[in-house]
Amino acid sequence: MNWQALIPLIGFLILIFIIGIWTSRHLKGSSSFLQDYFLGGRSLGGFILAMTMTSTYGSASSFIGGPGSAYNEGLGWVLLAMSQVATGYFVLMVLGKKFAIVTRRYKAVTMVDFLKERYQSKWVVLFSAFSIIVFLFSAMAAQWIGGARLIESLTGLSYIGALFIFALSVLIYVTIGGFRAVALTDAIQGSVMFVGTLILLIATIIAGGGVSAIMSDLATENPNLITPFGADGSLTPRYVSSFWILVGVGVVALPQITVRAMSYKNSKSMHRALIIGTIVVGFIMLNMHLIGVFARPILPGIEVGDRVMPLIALEVLPAWLAGVVLAAPMAAIMSTVDSLLLLVSSTIVKDVYINYVEPKASYKKVMRLSIGVTAVLGIIVFLLALDPPDLIIWLNLFAFGGLEAAFIWPIVLGLYWRKGNKYGALASMIAGVGLYVLSDTFFPQPLGLHSVVLPVVLSLIAYVVVSLGTQRKADVENVGI
Amino acid sequence: MKHNNLVNNDYRFKIANREALIGVGLAIFNFIWWYGFAYGLGSKDPSEYSYVFGFPAWFFYSCVLGVIVMSVLVIIVVKKFFVDVPFDDEGEDK
Repeated sequence: MNWQALIPLIGFLILIFIIGIWTSRHLKGSSSFLQDYFLGGRSLGGFILAMTMTSTYGSASSFIGGPGSAYNEGLGWVLLAMSQVATGYFVLMVLGKKFAIVTRRYKAVTMVDFLKERYQSKWVVLFSAFSIIVFLFSAMAAQWIGGARLIESLTGLSYIGALFIFALSVLIYVTIGGFRAVALTDAIQGSVMFVGTLILLIATIIAGGGVSAIMSDLATENPNLITPFGADGSLTPRYVSSFWILVGVGVVALPQITVRAMSYKNSKSMHRALIIGTIVVGFIMLNMHLIGVFARPILPGIEVGDRVMPLIALEVLPAWLAGVVLAAPMAAIMSTVDSLLLLVSSTIVKDVYINYVEPKASYKKVMRLSIGVTAVLGIIVFLLALDPPDLIIWLNLFAFGGLEAAFIWPIVLGLYWRKGNKYGALASMIAGVGLYVLSDTFFPQPLGLHSVVLPVVLSLIAYVVVSLGTQRKADVENVGI
Repeated sequence: MKHNNLVNNDYRFKIANREALIGVGLAIFNFIWWYGFAYGLGSKDPSEYSYVFGFPAWFFYSCVLGVIVMSVLVIIVVKKFFVDVPFDDEGEDK
């Protein structure tokens, strides 16, 4: 067991813990439990907002899997990863002020609330809730596995022991603290990610003998490693470009991101978040993936991509510092997990239970239900992660694409196009999710594009055509929208 | 009042619409910059690459300089063109 690396990591967990307890005291004096528990009372300032978006978005895949792929593919993978820089400004600019104003008017607390008020349709709500629960639940399970693997490789504990520690710490502070705890700890985790990345990058460059030396080492090993085309030339411009849809602009439709676009305090904090967010996302994505590439000449022959980050940290840094830096991926995983957990439970409690089961539920009941559902969900995910079924892993692979195919047009056009209606929204969601599942299963790369591209295009067509075709029907039924 | 929220002529929505279009414009510019340098300079044989600060030129301009350019652009755009508006409806509904 590597105690020197472990102690800083444990210290970090304890710090996060204290914040959870501290913010739960804040929650007790709250007048609007739902707004506070799920949205932090819409009071996020610019810095916290930028950090919570960054760290929610920067999940296990960008900190563990991403650098691992960059290690295998070379600079081409870093190029691909840079399509994510757009998320830093695009989401906040596009949803921006209009989403903030409209969701306040609607008193919306979740993305589904927005869809419900905008489209006034039970089926839109239920289908949305269903997509969120299925896709995000499986995305969450995979993150837990990642978190447990990280603790496992650092401590030498068994996988189950590591998973238990991870699950317990996440559950306690999400359950008691709610969104504000999540956002605050996200801010700390985001900062850890930022600083950790910088330290590790510098140490890696020094260990490799400078950028030029590393590049010539790479070119000697395989010239393709320093081209945009990937180690075996398989990263085509078309495929790489289609990641702009999946991890760049499409992120606008991810519920865990949109919910943050309702939570800012005022337009000043939104402006600050735009600037900070762009810089932080760009910095972290570039450097994290570069570390993966730079690690190759220093530590050749790593078979499992996921182990690149922990191994390079332990190699180029003193053990105690490696522990501090490894808190960064830990932070990324935890902050993604906690947001997803909260989101799935808000979908169940708010969007399904309060809307359709018991609209007049008392304040106390809602509060107990929210905390209870969050805890139960956590326990279920824990049980799933103990021995993850294949289905979960398979679902997780395309959770993001599925959510994007489902929601991008109902959200964006719902916000900016008056003529969009519930029939269009429903058609768009069904076409998007259906086609995405089919395409991903049978034609993984249609026309050389990532499988998310065609469903997104087709769900746009479905939205527009069906909305226009049902104008009269919708006008009669639903005066006003 | 609940249902006809999106159709009224709120002055804030004009601002919001313009800012959303700016976002789309920035993303398109970002894509062109990223794609142009990466495949414009990166498509030749690696032995003919030129280097900037140790990085292959395509990578430096597309990815490293790209992040800096986008950050600066976002700062300029937000400071120059983004307008402060209230988000709550109390008081400013005219």
